[in-house]
Amino acid sequence: MVNVFSPPTARKVRVLVAKPGLDGHDRGAKVIAAALRDAGMEVIYTGLRANVAAIAAAAVQEDVDVIGLSILSGAHESICQRLTAELKAMGAEIPVVIGGVIPTSDFPRLKALGVKAVFGPESPLEQVVACVAALARGEEWSKDAKAQQQGAA
Amino acid sequence: MSRPRSKEPQAPKTRSGIEIRPVYGPQDVKQHSPPPGEYPFTRGIHPTMYRGKLWTMRQYAGFGTPEETNQRFKYLLGQGQTGLSLALDLPTQLGLDADSEEAGGEVGKVGVSICSLKDMETVFAGIPLGEVSTSMTINATAGILLAMYEAVAVKQGVAPARISGTVQNDLIKEFGSRGAWLYPIQPSLRLAVDIIQDCVDRLPRFNPISIASHYRDAGATPAEEMAYTLAAGVEYVERCLARGMDVEKFGPRLSFFFYTYTNFFEEVAKYRAGRRIWARLMKERFGAKSPQAQMLRAACVCGGHSLTRAEPLNNIARSTIEAFAVACSGLQSVFTAAYDEAFAIPTELSARTALRVQQILALETEVAQTADPLAGSYFVEALTDEMEAAILKVMSEVEAQGGMAQALEKNWVQQQISRRAYEWQRAVESGEQPIVGVNVHVSEGEQELQLQQPSREAEEQKAAGVKALRASRSQAAVDQALGEIRRAAQGTDNLMPPIRAAVMAYATVGEISTALKDVWGLYQPPTRF
Repeated sequence: MVNVFSPPTARKVRVLVAKPGLDGHDRGAKVIAAALRDAGMEVIYTGLRANVAAIAAAAVQEDVDVIGLSILSGAHESICQRLTAELKAMGAEIPVVIGGVIPTSDFPRLKALGVKAVFGPESPLEQVVACVAALARGEEWSKDAKAQQQGAA
Repeated sequence: MSRPRSKEPQAPKTRSGIEIRPVYGPQDVKQHSPPPGEYPFTRGIHPTMYRGKLWTMRQYAGFGTPEETNQRFKYLLGQGQTGLSLALDLPTQLGLDADSEEAGGEVGKVGVSICSLKDMETVFAGIPLGEVSTSMTINATAGILLAMYEAVAVKQGVAPARISGTVQNDLIKEFGSRGAWLYPIQPSLRLAVDIIQDCVDRLPRFNPISIASHYRDAGATPAEEMAYTLAAGVEYVERCLARGMDVEKFGPRLSFFFYTYTNFFEEVAKYRAGRRIWARLMKERFGAKSPQAQMLRAACVCGGHSLTRAEPLNNIARSTIEAFAVACSGLQSVFTAAYDEAFAIPTELSARTALRVQQILALETEVAQTADPLAGSYFVEALTDEMEAAILKVMSEVEAQGGMAQALEKNWVQQQISRRAYEWQRAVESGEQPIVGVNVHVSEGEQELQLQQPSREAEEQKAAGVKALRASRSQAAVDQALGEIRRAAQGTDNLMPPIRAAVMAYATVGEISTALKDVWGLYQPPTRF
């Protein structure tokens, strides 16, 4: 429903939900996309096997506030490395969050690559929504103790 | 019957939405099924079920390099596993060689990397292919991997007619849920049927397709899972018949693969109802007369989305309940997923423990001693009938869309499944759907698991290997074989003979797939969700 009281300058948060790499399990990506849309955001979904250059280009062209990656195949490190390099080369500073099957031991390496948050299979949707909203406002998303215990960091 | 007043709590329902009554009695049992081994096989496909032949314990394995997978296979066979199940990495599944740029970061990750016949020879070195059966979870490149397996057997001195196993080769569910497609829908299905036809003619002990239910893991309810899977079966049968194939010959060669979660009784009812519906379809709609052509033979996985990352050892309890449901349902082959599935590929410990679940069920409980042990339970019999009705309802919706292939082309199945996945997630987060350790009885602090470390050298090693291979073989022979594949793809000749020739010439998975891509192009996935 349109909020008639929204001030004219209010812009919906725009998110690119991307499914990079070769893995075809898109249940998580689609559930997250639906949750962000229900939270009032504009969601662009890349579909399966989006390549890294195309994700970066789409993110810039669509002027999104946040990029969400879904990766279950174990290729997260290689993909994040290439994506952050690509974004940097384009001069774009768009926060990247990632969800999927990511071993906890890889979290520090992903953070070092500039990934803002990593979500596991049981992260609550509202936490993902809150994180995206915060990053879109230009705030750092802080992990509290509860969040960590529920599979996010 | 009076409707419950709105103040009363909602009646509990199965995951397919069937209301569960507080108690069942004789009045709830509407039909009595014939004994196991008799049409419509509600109670099982064999008269004595597991007394005649126990289910096959088939653990999905494979990672890293062909050498590492060969070692894991030998380990599992040494632990009493009875069949092999080859997990392939995504580049192999999608027709990319290890040295291709698109394969970056994915080589050897979710399965073993196979680029050419040479790798297949290594995977099965010292494993007698005349004695073990091997299932391969391979779809878009199934024909290539099957041709390689056959070639390895021949090199071992085993006649093609003696090799046994299964290639998944179900492209419908790739478009519907699993996503490992390559070519557009119509040529993909043509290739799948080429494989079925070739196998029926030449490899009498090999299942050329395992019509699989990944819709479930993507979000479908159990009734939808069975309905979409059987509807896919209908699509394949119609395409085989359209080629003039004999239903009595190919019917017995179709096999199925399902997901089993912890909703124990509904799972048992699902399998009983599924067998009943498939037998009726084959007999009444397609005119199959032999019992073998009417039977639904099925393998299954216990695990998948039902396993949690929170408190991972709880997953052993889950897969035990699931495997017990399968044993009570009379399926032919079982894969129990490891407790660390939500983290990484399994370690030796987690893989062995998963296998032990099945061995304990088979040897320490009575479940294998009598066929269809839950038959006659008022609840199970009533639920079987209700599941049958629920499955048929969804199947008629698919028919109304024009069958599975058309329903996929319209993105209809995909959107139904996504909706269910979202509903499920909402139900979990509201607490309506309890999951122990996740939204109820949550413990503080996670225990650290010892995880299988992915081999980081696999990619470089494999990329170098495939480059060396290309330099060592006869390029002229490869080029000629690839030309034959392109020619067959443009026409209607069966693609398996030229694929076999290319494999024997050590053409790679990437080269053969590219030859087909040149003719057919690539599928464009939907972006609506």
